[in-house]
Amino acid sequence: MRIEISHINKQFDGYKAIDDLSLNIEDGKIFGLLGPNGAGKTTLIRMLNQITMPDSGTISFDGKTISRSCTDRIGYLPEERGLYKKMKIGEQAVYLAQLKGLTKKDAETRLKQWFRKFEIESWWNKKVEELSKGMQQKVQFIVTVVHEPQLLIFDEPFSGFDPINAELLKNEIIELNRKGTTTILSTHNMASVEELCDDIVLINHGKNILNGSVHDIKHRFKENIFETIVKSDSEITPDANFFDIISQETNKFGETAMVIKKNDNVTVNEMIAGIMRKGEITSFKEKLPSMNEIFIREIK
Amino acid sequence: MKLVTILKREYTTRVMKKSFIIMTILMPIIFAALMVLPAIIVLASDKMADKQNIAVIDETEIFTGKFKETYATAFIYKNDSDVEEMKKLIDEGVFDAVLHIPATTMNVPVNARLYSKDKIPMSTTANITTMMEKELEHQKLMALGIDPEIVKSTRTTVNVATIRIDEEEEHESFDDLSAGLGLISGLIIYTVIFIFGGMVVKGIVEEKNNRIVEIMMSSVKPFEMMMGKILGIALVGLTQFAIWIILTAVLYFIFSIFTVAPAVMGNGELVQQMAGDASTQEIITSVNDVVSSINFPAIITGFFIFFIGGYFLYAAMFAAIGSISDSEADNQQFSIVVSAPLIICIIMFGSIINMPDGNLALWLSMIPFTSPIVMMMRIPFGVPYWQVAVSAAILFATFVLITWMSAKIYRTGILMYGKKLTWKELWKWIRK
Repeated sequence: MRIEISHINKQFDGYKAIDDLSLNIEDGKIFGLLGPNGAGKTTLIRMLNQITMPDSGTISFDGKTISRSCTDRIGYLPEERGLYKKMKIGEQAVYLAQLKGLTKKDAETRLKQWFRKFEIESWWNKKVEELSKGMQQKVQFIVTVVHEPQLLIFDEPFSGFDPINAELLKNEIIELNRKGTTTILSTHNMASVEELCDDIVLINHGKNILNGSVHDIKHRFKENIFETIVKSDSEITPDANFFDIISQETNKFGETAMVIKKNDNVTVNEMIAGIMRKGEITSFKEKLPSMNEIFIREIK
Repeated sequence: MKLVTILKREYTTRVMKKSFIIMTILMPIIFAALMVLPAIIVLASDKMADKQNIAVIDETEIFTGKFKETYATAFIYKNDSDVEEMKKLIDEGVFDAVLHIPATTMNVPVNARLYSKDKIPMSTTANITTMMEKELEHQKLMALGIDPEIVKSTRTTVNVATIRIDEEEEHESFDDLSAGLGLISGLIIYTVIFIFGGMVVKGIVEEKNNRIVEIMMSSVKPFEMMMGKILGIALVGLTQFAIWIILTAVLYFIFSIFTVAPAVMGNGELVQQMAGDASTQEIITSVNDVVSSINFPAIITGFFIFFIGGYFLYAAMFAAIGSISDSEADNQQFSIVVSAPLIICIIMFGSIINMPDGNLALWLSMIPFTSPIVMMMRIPFGVPYWQVAVSAAILFATFVLITWMSAKIYRTGILMYGKKLTWKELWKWIRK
């Protein structure tokens, strides 16, 4: 599903939650929605889900302005997620799936498949209050994806999961995405953004402040920093023509691990040639900024 | 339709609850028991008590043979015996009591004494007194040469009946009865609005605290969520009433067959005695009059209309209140204001019943927030149909308006946590 968001605004009690925000999300991508707390992420997600409407501007799916009927095509796992405590798991999952437009019979067959896949068939007749939080999260995940939506929206999906289940969830997200589901991932967990997302947007005070593919953004923010290990008998010193040394550490075998900054007026190859004169290069790698660093830099 | 899916869940989860099943089955048993219990208790206590043997020493000989044996007491005449001797026989268990009527002249009040070891039932004492008084009266009349039958025929029971002049026909009214029915109907409406309105609030607050709201909102319209709940709970209420009415009727019928009927048959002589009495027959006919004077169809129809209308109106308001409440934000000031009209109706009950056609009652039965209760208080007294129709129309129109307003508050409030709100803010949401 291709999503086009154009010049949307939303105001609450005098403050702008969303301020003239435009954004495109390409079909079939995993899209990271980043931003500090209170930046307007949840408001944006709620607008995609038709829970709230923008004061102005338009949102369209595959070129058509969204309407109430679109909600059946979306699967949404909110950050604040819960279930009816006194209701049986199976019954409840069927109910929520029906509200997403599945027939009762359809919902039952599909849910049984998912329960089998997650090896939680024995929970079907249990009440929610008998399950741990992590177990409830599994059920919530299933309910989010069971109607095979074209767009999946996850708000902090990994919070509350143990590492094993987080891995399981991550693999499911990747698998669904490979089948063509467009996925929006809103999270503060930058490691998972780097691992999963193709594209991201960073919003702050309701504005789109940074948008693009993870690869491009990292290169846009690179600072010509490299990590290298050089074997040499003598101590390695900076070379004013090629590079400056930010940090270095030599072990007892005479191997020096360095973080260096390339001079702007030379190419990488020229710099490497410069290093080679000082010893034998055993490892060389460009150090790109992490999403975490970019996030902090941009928001500050 | 998703509304139906929601409605079904709201309905089934409540109807399947243990508390609902217990309440629904238990209440009719209590109702039926309350109706039948007094009869059972009387009969049981009479039956359990052994027949009491009372020795009568009648020195006047006026009453000899006049005490009639009943199912509870037997009289044995021992006029020649000594009182002290007889008293000893009480200890030995031959007699339960000794009635001693000392010799006296006709004009002196009779001072009879009843000796016993255990307590003599009040009914027995009363019975003895009445019989003695009647017999003395009879004797006195005879002494004066008046036939007691003539005196009996001069007795007339006066009964002032209040007749209401209606457009169509005149019918006898029983104001006390109408007042009682009015109070009961009003109280029932009041109670059910609070019970089922409370369920709506509880359900919504539960969804909020469960944090399932956001998942729901991404699937259905807030209006569908709200109406699904209101309608589902309305059906729960109607189901409960239907079961209560049917079960109460069935149980009452069964109780009557197994307990009251044989008891009455067992006391054949008592019934005959009663039936022979002219005043008893008057009572029976007047009871029939009273029962037939109650306009059951009007009361039941009214109950149905004003329960539905009143419940919907208040449920919509309670839903809005539920949506802005959670454990952290205490927004009680709203629920107090909303329930105030209902409480006022109950406080005003006296004035309304006193003048059911007065201005106060008329206006309160037209204002939609008070009309469900006040109109139900008035209906047993007889209310022109046009007034009922106008009141119902106003009620339902207001319900539509309030639902529309509540839906606006609901859709904003339901996603808000821990915020204390003012009337001004709510008004802003409504206008948006």
